[in-house]
Amino acid sequence: MSELGSAPAWPPAGCALVTGGSRGIGAAIARALAQDGWPVAVNYNGSAQAAAEVVSAVEAAGGRAVAIQGDVADPQAPELVFAQAEERLGVPVLALVNNAGITRDNLAPSLTDEEWDAVIATNLTGAFRFTRRALKGMMRARVGRIVNIASVSALRANPGQANYAAAKAGLVQFTRTVAVEVARRGVTVNAVAPGFIATDMTSELIGPDLLAVIPARRAGSSEEVAACVRFLVSRQASYVTGAVLTVDGGLGA
Amino acid sequence: MSAVTKEQVQERVVEALASFGPDAADIAPESTFEELDIDSLDLVELAQIVEDEYGVVLKGEDMKELKTVGEAVDLITERAN
Repeated sequence: MSELGSAPAWPPAGCALVTGGSRGIGAAIARALAQDGWPVAVNYNGSAQAAAEVVSAVEAAGGRAVAIQGDVADPQAPELVFAQAEERLGVPVLALVNNAGITRDNLAPSLTDEEWDAVIATNLTGAFRFTRRALKGMMRARVGRIVNIASVSALRANPGQANYAAAKAGLVQFTRTVAVEVARRGVTVNAVAPGFIATDMTSELIGPDLLAVIPARRAGSSEEVAACVRFLVSRQASYVTGAVLTVDGGLGA
Repeated sequence: MSAVTKEQVQERVVEALASFGPDAADIAPESTFEELDIDSLDLVELAQIVEDEYGVVLKGEDMKELKTVGEAVDLITERAN
């Protein structure tokens, strides 16, 4: 059955879940998916106020959203967050954006076990567990969209980020492998690899020296990343799977 | 959970397998998954359905042992009761 030929209703009868959706890139993604008609579950860990503001912004624009607390590094989080999303929005999660991420930068000789483990747990293991939980419903529904937010650090070395780079590179190959496993169930799995995006997480990093190496000579915006996620989640992207879309002003080119 | 009969499990398994491609009419207890073109991903989905409906957890190693529809039905029925 051709997705384009049969022109199914879109969004399908499901909701979108964005992890780390209260701030920065995640907040922009939540707003963009809501604009496309998805009811959105905005997962957050610490920033309840920021998550509430994203929900308010979505509702003010005529959309539907709910804020759901949960630390993606917690093994129990997927079950709790999915149960809440599906109960409060009344439909299964058919779009998942694994966006929650942290940095604990340090040069490898000084990198502590805690810094290594925290970054792997949130950025890689968390994405795996949320994906595993999401696939149950998506496979049965024969439709689903998973977008993993990787990083240019997965593709291009950035000193001080050995832990982050390893997690994000792991996420890229995880994306490709799962994409191949579930492609025939109508579920697509893709990654977006942002370069330097102006957010709270990167405010200390982006200075004149860094801008000089970016071909576009500027940092990107969260909205520019969200636009790519929005495409990958759209019906039009039904034949795109296992792809890594860089959004980096040419940095990785 | 009340006891489930082998017939009920058989019916549900056939329905699930048919949703993966083969005609329900071609699915017999002695049919092998290979003949039916049921692959490992299909078996993972079957395991999820079985878990949701009967509370029976079939692990990857359980599924690997199964070669025929009848073997799957027997295992699920046994574990469910």
